[in-house]
Amino acid sequence: MGTAIFGSIEAGAIYALMALGVYLSFRILDFPDLTVDGSFVTGGAVAAVLIVGGTDPFVATVAAMGAGFLAGCVTGLLHTKGKINPLLSGILMMIALYSINLRIMGKSNIPLLSEETVISKLTAFWQGLGIDQALTFFGFVPKTWGILILMLILAFIVKILIDWFLKTDLGLAIRATGNNETMIRSFSADTDTLKILGLGLANALVALSGSLIAQYNGFSDVGMGIGMIVIGLASVIIGEAIFGAKTIIRATLAVVGGAILYRIIVTLALRVEFLETGDMKLITALIVVFALILPKVLDKQRERQRKKKRMLQARKNEYDKRGENLASIKTDS
Amino acid sequence: MLQLKQIHKVFNEGTPDEKMALQQMDLHLKPGDFMTVIGSNGAGKSTLMNIISGKMMPDLGEIIIDGKNVSAVKENKRSKLIGRVFQDPMAGTAPAMTIEENLAIAYTRTKSRGLQKGVSKNRKVIFQEKLEMLHLGLENRLHAKVGLLSGGERQALSLLMATFTEPKILLLDEHTAALDPSRAELITQLTKEIVEKYQLTTLMVTHNMQQAIDLGNRLIMMDKGQMIFQADEEAKQHLTVEKLLLEFQQIRGEKMNSDKAVLI
Ligand SMILES: Nc1ncnc2c1ncn2[C@@H]1O[C@H](COP(=O)(O)OP(=O)(O)OP(=O)(O)O)[C@@H](O)[C@H]1O
Ligand SMILES: [Mg+2]
Repeated sequence: MGTAIFGSIEAGAIYALMALGVYLSFRILDFPDLTVDGSFVTGGAVAAVLIVGGTDPFVATVAAMGAGFLAGCVTGLLHTKGKINPLLSGILMMIALYSINLRIMGKSNIPLLSEETVISKLTAFWQGLGIDQALTFFGFVPKTWGILILMLILAFIVKILIDWFLKTDLGLAIRATGNNETMIRSFSADTDTLKILGLGLANALVALSGSLIAQYNGFSDVGMGIGMIVIGLASVIIGEAIFGAKTIIRATLAVVGGAILYRIIVTLALRVEFLETGDMKLITALIVVFALILPKVLDKQRERQRKKKRMLQARKNEYDKRGENLASIKTDS
Repeated sequence: MLQLKQIHKVFNEGTPDEKMALQQMDLHLKPGDFMTVIGSNGAGKSTLMNIISGKMMPDLGEIIIDGKNVSAVKENKRSKLIGRVFQDPMAGTAPAMTIEENLAIAYTRTKSRGLQKGVSKNRKVIFQEKLEMLHLGLENRLHAKVGLLSGGERQALSLLMATFTEPKILLLDEHTAALDPSRAELITQLTKEIVEKYQLTTLMVTHNMQQAIDLGNRLIMMDKGQMIFQADEEAKQHLTVEKLLLEFQQIRGEKMNSDKAVLI
């Protein structure tokens, strides 16, 4: 049990990068970008091929981000210059990427277990620090704390970078593009370029997540992106429902939290006797439905309670008044 | 400052819906001119504004701003020179962003937007100073989301955002029409103050004839895509609503049939 939860937090921290990308496209740009299913694999594919070819895994990971950025830009171009509707642009790109990913990999699965990866390098680096030995008092001893801690740090660095970026002049313009296009155009912004850039950045993060997941799992597979967009959305929605999204800083934190929480929920769900691995997509869909409906139900309930309180208060006031009236009548007589 | 030469615009050309929205529009505004534009529904006033701002391209004709021919310049580039306030109070601001963030976007209209901080300390001081001009207390609410403001407050903010970088041209398309009378009065007053303060070359569409007469130094009347009447600085001082209506009747041989033409 402990190991399973531990693993889900590790993976959750890596998936959080993907969820932050989805947050950028869905929430900031208001663009339902389905490219994610494809660009996630593109990240894994580029990193895997380069690593197997002998490239330094860190360089390979950066290259994977670059490939994701390009994929996002193409979706942006389809939408802005080709005037294709956002959903369709994403779907077209997702389908195209399936073939492209196969071409990149040359086969449908590339194993990385015997390769030097970012994950294996970081593990070695961490074990050199000797911190694991110091953490044995937790009672529970995982193989290493390194990946969990370093991936959490990475997720937070990316979160902070996003927070910072969205407050720069360029970031403000991208936010306004997603919020009120008429307005930002009247302030001399080229919304086409801003959308393309935003989608590029979002998919760069998705591809980064994909490349790290491939290295973490020890293989890159052409099917590993299926349903990724829904997982990303689930993370964003769960996070926002639980941690709130009042400000950007809060919202990005919520997304990271949501991604980890999602992994934990899935891990726990899979431990239920009659559920199988194949049910995971159904569970994901149910989680999203649940997370979408729950806040509304809660709101309604709160509203109802407030009403009740107000009614009781009103009745009490009336009662008090009547009491006073009675009292005054009595003193009159 | 602003010159239009022989502007033509036809919608749905060659179909039964063909509509001559602008015909042979010629216009010349000197720096600091404040021209009000009146005319019945469908006269082509908004089309005129859209063609100046670059939202629409004319079929024929030239647009010259500050001596430069901008006919081929795209909307986003052209809006470095042009401030706009829309009829819809929701259109001119980004509701999910704060007042200071909205102002930062307006502030960088003429600059290239890079990775510098949007709301810096220096800028904040400027924003506060500018907001005080509105007398709405918004200078104390820099962190408030614009979506929480009332329609009038949002329109006042839009007006400020459109003008405080002193654009070459200010376009106002019925920017008080969606507000209740007291709010409309406030925005009209602010418009007057701001245009005077920055000496902006302004084109303002309104359905309120009295407002069109009170504000600015020039006035034109449009109908069916044409300019049918204009009053220069001298003539405008003697205009009244009655005279305007009579003018229309004489030119068109019919009563002005505009539901929206308000006779206040
Ligand atoms: N995008 C468009 N496509 C087709 N026809 C249009 C378009 N925009 C405007 N028109 C037509 O052009 C004519 C002029 O419209 P315009 O919006 O300029 O009028 P207006 O003077 O602003 O009227 P109002 O006082 O109602 O705002 C109208 O007949 C309108 O139906
Ligand atoms: Mg109009």
